[in-house]
Amino acid sequence: MNETLKNDLNKTPLHALHVERGAKMVPFAGWEMPLQFEGIIAEHLHARSQAVLFDVSHMGQAVLYGDNPAESLETLVPGEIQKLANDHQRYTVLTNAEGGILDDLMVTRRGDRLFMVVNAACREADFEYIRTRLEGQCTLEPQPDRALLALQGPTAVNALARLAPAARYLMFMHSQPLSIGNIPSVVSRSGYTGEDGFEISVEATDAEALARLLLSEPEVRPGGLGARDTLRLEAGFCLYGNDIDETTTPVEAGLAWTIGKRRRTEGGFPGAEIIQRQLAEGVQRRRVGIILDGRIPARAHAAVEDQDGAVVGEVTSGAYGPSVDSPVALAYVKTEYGEPKTPVNVVVRDQRLPGRVTALPFVEHKYVH
Amino acid sequence: MTTVKYTSEHEWIRVEDGVGTVGITEYAQEQLGDVVFVELPEVGKVVEKGGEAAVVDSVKAASEVYAPVSGEVSEVNAALVEDPAKVNADPLGEGWFFRIKLSDPGELDDLMDSVAYQELVESLA
Repeated sequence: MNETLKNDLNKTPLHALHVERGAKMVPFAGWEMPLQFEGIIAEHLHARSQAVLFDVSHMGQAVLYGDNPAESLETLVPGEIQKLANDHQRYTVLTNAEGGILDDLMVTRRGDRLFMVVNAACREADFEYIRTRLEGQCTLEPQPDRALLALQGPTAVNALARLAPAARYLMFMHSQPLSIGNIPSVVSRSGYTGEDGFEISVEATDAEALARLLLSEPEVRPGGLGARDTLRLEAGFCLYGNDIDETTTPVEAGLAWTIGKRRRTEGGFPGAEIIQRQLAEGVQRRRVGIILDGRIPARAHAAVEDQDGAVVGEVTSGAYGPSVDSPVALAYVKTEYGEPKTPVNVVVRDQRLPGRVTALPFVEHKYVH
Repeated sequence: MTTVKYTSEHEWIRVEDGVGTVGITEYAQEQLGDVVFVELPEVGKVVEKGGEAAVVDSVKAASEVYAPVSGEVSEVNAALVEDPAKVNADPLGEGWFFRIKLSDPGELDDLMDSVAYQELVESLA
């Protein structure tokens, strides 16, 4: 890579630590991020059996406050935000006038403020959009001086509870300020791997000390974006820009569960009429999982065909799934091909690879409740 | 006598008695990461120097392996189909891809020797 371009990349507060731990660094959404440390498969399997620490500081953190930030934010998202209880967290999407998705995000209520985490590639656009749309109602304050760490895996709780005992009692999708070995942090029991785990927001200046502390626990190894991607894919979660974007609606994407009951009736978010109609009448295409029979992974944009060779859909994410031990893919297919076990072929390098539509997730979620 | 040469696309070829064994270099396997599938050419296939001869799928992406020289594929490493991770574990040995009968041994002169290849890798670091 050209040195000038490389120098233009943002670095997270953990950059030096990643390099010290031997990470292979790659550009991602304007950031220089670790792709892998010991290897994607090893890190993936470690997250499913023990605990892996991921740096997700490239994601955008911001706080929204004003007279009624929940009511204001509901004009931009279909999620139920007004009834979000204190210290609770919710996954939702910013929709556009066509019902498409501008970004997916996490929203946490803390007192009279809402904390948001948005995707790295969308952060500037999201913040500008929210500011403009909510002008005069709310103030959006980005928090570029905070880092975000994700500790994911079945033994993450043991590692974290040794340093912050209260972490053990934190419930899924709840958030709480905790001191981790004297480092002030805000911890939520959440993540994007399908495993139990935590996301930890911390001052940038404390991030490296916190990461070293967590990595010194016997269960914990560092992980990169590669394993984070295969873990989320097996968990059936969407990668913004691949599986969801401005042209896919939450209903098509299988994210109708994020739309609050009251919101379905009341509307009041961008694209509400289209989304309400889709909820009532159904959609032409839907996001599904596909497991391929052989060993060749399908990648984004591979065509999905029926048994007669007619194109019925397109892959949006695909990789070898280390826990499934097969190639897995997310795809949009015509609704009539969306039933689990429907046989399909995926076209890779002019070969028709047999596979079948599969209920998501590919790997069972293991949250604690 | 044995000659080992390297391409700028990070393939190696080891030539003995007019037959070259081809694989990818340590640098290439490191860049690819975990290899999960290798698509090998048919035995008997005639390939051109620089033409696509095999495909290697890592967890993340698919990459082409190019023929370092022109010739006819005489043998493939079927063990890679069962255990593609050999490409990561032993890229210069058990992780070889295919053997090729050279149609023009003179093409080897265009390839890098180990010193030149090492310099290329260092320049990429």
